[in-house]
Amino acid sequence: MSERNVGTNRDRPWLMRTYSGHTSAKASNELYKKNLAKGQTGLSVAFDLPTQTGYDADHPLARGEVGKVGVPIAHLEDMDTLFNEIPLDAMNTSMTINATAAWLLSLYVALAERRNIDPALLKGTTQNDIVKEYLSRGTYIFPPEPSVKLTVDTIAYTVKHLPKWNPINVCSYHLQEAGATPMQELGYALGTAQTIVDAVRDSGQIDAKDLPKVVGRISFFLNSGIRFIEETCKVRAFGELWEHICRKRYKIDDPRMCRFRYGVQVNSLGLTESQPENNVQRIILEMMAVTLSKDARARAIQLPAWNEALGLPRPWDQQWALRMQQVLAFETDLLEYGDIFEGSVVIDKKVRSLKDQAVAELERVKLEGGMLQAVESGYIKRQLVRSQAERLRAIERGDHKVVGINCFTESEPSPLTGGDDGQILKSDPKAEKDQIQRLMAHRKRRVGEEVENALEQLRQSANTGENIMPASIRCAHAGVTTGEWGKVMREAFGEYRAPTGVDVGARSKGDLGKIAALRKRVQTTGEEVGRPVRMLVGKPGLDGHSNGAEQIAIKARDIGIEVVYEGIRLTARQIAVAALEEGVHIIGLSVLSGSHLELVRDLAGDLEKYGIKDLPFVIGGIIPPEDEDELKSLGAVGIFTPKDTEINDVMAQVVDHIREYKGLEVMGSLQ
Amino acid sequence: MTDWMNTDSGQWVEAIGKSDRLAVATALNLIDDRRPVKQPEVGKLFAALETTGQYEKGHVVGITGPPGAGKSSLASAMAENWLKDGYSVGIIAIDPSSPFSGGALLGDRLRMTRSDPHNGLFIRSLSSRGEKGGLSPQAWPMSRVLLAGYDIVIIETVGVGQSEIDVSHMADTTCLVVQPGSGDTIQFLKAGIMEIPDILAVNKADLGHIATSTADELRLALPDSDDTESWKVGVEVVSASHHTGIDKLSDSVLNHRKWLAEHNGLEDCRKRSEAAWGVKRLLEQFGQYGLEQLGGDDQIIDKWIGLTGSPYEKLESFVKTLVK
Repeated sequence: MSERNVGTNRDRPWLMRTYSGHTSAKASNELYKKNLAKGQTGLSVAFDLPTQTGYDADHPLARGEVGKVGVPIAHLEDMDTLFNEIPLDAMNTSMTINATAAWLLSLYVALAERRNIDPALLKGTTQNDIVKEYLSRGTYIFPPEPSVKLTVDTIAYTVKHLPKWNPINVCSYHLQEAGATPMQELGYALGTAQTIVDAVRDSGQIDAKDLPKVVGRISFFLNSGIRFIEETCKVRAFGELWEHICRKRYKIDDPRMCRFRYGVQVNSLGLTESQPENNVQRIILEMMAVTLSKDARARAIQLPAWNEALGLPRPWDQQWALRMQQVLAFETDLLEYGDIFEGSVVIDKKVRSLKDQAVAELERVKLEGGMLQAVESGYIKRQLVRSQAERLRAIERGDHKVVGINCFTESEPSPLTGGDDGQILKSDPKAEKDQIQRLMAHRKRRVGEEVENALEQLRQSANTGENIMPASIRCAHAGVTTGEWGKVMREAFGEYRAPTGVDVGARSKGDLGKIAALRKRVQTTGEEVGRPVRMLVGKPGLDGHSNGAEQIAIKARDIGIEVVYEGIRLTARQIAVAALEEGVHIIGLSVLSGSHLELVRDLAGDLEKYGIKDLPFVIGGIIPPEDEDELKSLGAVGIFTPKDTEINDVMAQVVDHIREYKGLEVMGSLQ
Repeated sequence: MTDWMNTDSGQWVEAIGKSDRLAVATALNLIDDRRPVKQPEVGKLFAALETTGQYEKGHVVGITGPPGAGKSSLASAMAENWLKDGYSVGIIAIDPSSPFSGGALLGDRLRMTRSDPHNGLFIRSLSSRGEKGGLSPQAWPMSRVLLAGYDIVIIETVGVGQSEIDVSHMADTTCLVVQPGSGDTIQFLKAGIMEIPDILAVNKADLGHIATSTADELRLALPDSDDTESWKVGVEVVSASHHTGIDKLSDSVLNHRKWLAEHNGLEDCRKRSEAAWGVKRLLEQFGQYGLEQLGGDDQIIDKWIGLTGSPYEKLESFVKTLVK
């Protein structure tokens, strides 16, 4: 066998995508067509938060969120616009959609039917992994049991009717963003996959002989961090463990059905706001980890843009990310070789060690009663919160080096940042109003009776436990909206709040350094104001990325503050009422979706309404400098962005804001 | 907006009686204030509270049990029930604080969060604040303020160490939440040590057989009484997550309040809870020796119950005996 495969024998490259979508179906469609013309080979649809959580654009909780982190899709006409002039039977479409996956898939199927395309030809993926939503991403709606039931429905349906569709992408991606170590990523993602396959097997919706087909359609969505040797070993370990599970647990012999198929988005967590040009080399190294090993190579890759920590990337930034993939795939000789790690003792040893640890963690989860029980009890969330806190401490100590953050911080002025547009994409302030107008017009146009009948059938399917897909597809054809579908399901299944995981042990031993100094400040301040210092940490809006808020809550607790933390998806009103009832001295808000202006305007109004308009609040998130003035005029006393990586320094400022509010002398920065 | 701290305490208490959020919150903040200069203001507030019928009005419900038994979920399920029936509900949720930093994560509101805050619902979280295993010294006076503004006051606390006993002193009705399959609780009951709960709730009925058999064991372990007049401790099997058995448990809690009133036990209960708080404050300030100088716990409580005036006046009279 020759060592190199050249010319026509080169391996086929992976699918190249860019995670995108914003403002409206029309604007996103134009972007998609441009990206495809540049050599992108698949689409990756980002939906906005109301669509992800089952609300229409005119719902109170949708305020400020419409068209922000993705495209708003309310009904079949929106879906049609999104794929205007894009042939569904020739496209490979990945949809990052979870709690409402069954609904968005129904819209996609209905659109194919309307265009006279056989749904059996549809290729693509619905993310559809609810477990990691509870643990990290936060766009869940229903309790675990009915959520898994919906996942089972989509799997059973697609295996029968859309055989080329990947109905679920089990994600370890967001677990890493939430702090997971490689071992935890392996353990929890494989645990989730088993839970789902078990549920399908036990649902009675699939013949036993079709189980291999189900297993063969399970795909994964992984993260890749900067420690790229370990990450290479992680993806190899994933492949070996999954094959083992397929063979032993599900008794599948066909090797094609046991193959570990996965897509990747490389790490966003490690991207920095300072010296953002360094993110380019980070992204490329992280891509290496999931491409170098032929036996464990990603099937699809999407890369973040270099400036993601600054705000929404522009088309040019996304193009740069796509070109990185193209250079690796087409210019280098990577695809001419077999697996270059074959026979490596070092790699094998590391893979074995990761596998052993992952299996041990899976056993630990079994003791909790299984994945879902370990989610509900808060066990897994606590493990992740702890890992994340350890990671941040290692950066604070300098044990974990981040160039431009805790070493080599000197920098020449960058020609890449600065300029008129602040080097990010501005969201369209009219997006929400326009979407609501389109929604109203759509509601007038459709036939009311058909809508009612379709919703009634949906309600019955939800209550009787039959597969939800046929009734959902009927709803899609009838012109039902995302909010209406969500409402029926909420009534049938109820809503859920996941454990926050912040009840991990306090840090009390070892070199406390700045923590000891902060504790002293908190204690002194408490004595001066007469009672323990109290802080409310709140996440308003639909954005569920709670890792930042959790770490602030833990740090505040560690330095002696009494912290009230209520988890995600709060209205401004809930935050104002909680601040009043709890008698806190300051509010800390975390908003990552870009809707900080709208949410802070609401909060300022509610604080006044409840008689505590002087109560100071600080806000953290991806906040462009030009928004700072308005936030301050609305009452924000402190604004923190990803470049404020030293949480101790952030907390010193928080304590000083409390002191200022109470008329006490400020203490200044920590030494 | 009214600045309640600088308003006549009569008006303030009137606003508290109307469940005015700002008025209630300001009162709780004042109680929390440890500065000696603030004590006269607390005294004034409590003197004004004397007019609100603290011996006959409302219902103080203590909910306790081991960590992980599902107290918060159960408390919120019952609160939802009572709100639906038109009662107003005030909640004090107590979480442990770190013995090292004094910091605490107060997450109990989580399970009570409603997208539209209910005007008849008020929640204050409290940390245990170094009180060894017991309740924060602010818990009783805070419950007293909430009692003036809300029909039902729930005090929810982690049942470790002293706090189970503390909460039973503070509440009219104490509900002990039991984890299915937890042998410890049954051992305690058999040993007769825990004559604390008025009602036992076995949570997580969704676990099935193990929950019902735990309930059976508890029923067997409870002392038999021929006395038809005495309260019979009930055992309810409930599931907070599946919302089963909650109606029955809520009713049973309210029935205990009715029984107390019919047996003239309510006033005694309230007076004893006030006196128990007084004993704790004296212990805090003067230690065991101080208590002995005053004749010991029982005698202090008896004497306290005989006194008139606000709790802070009564406390002051004992302090004066010691510090002449």
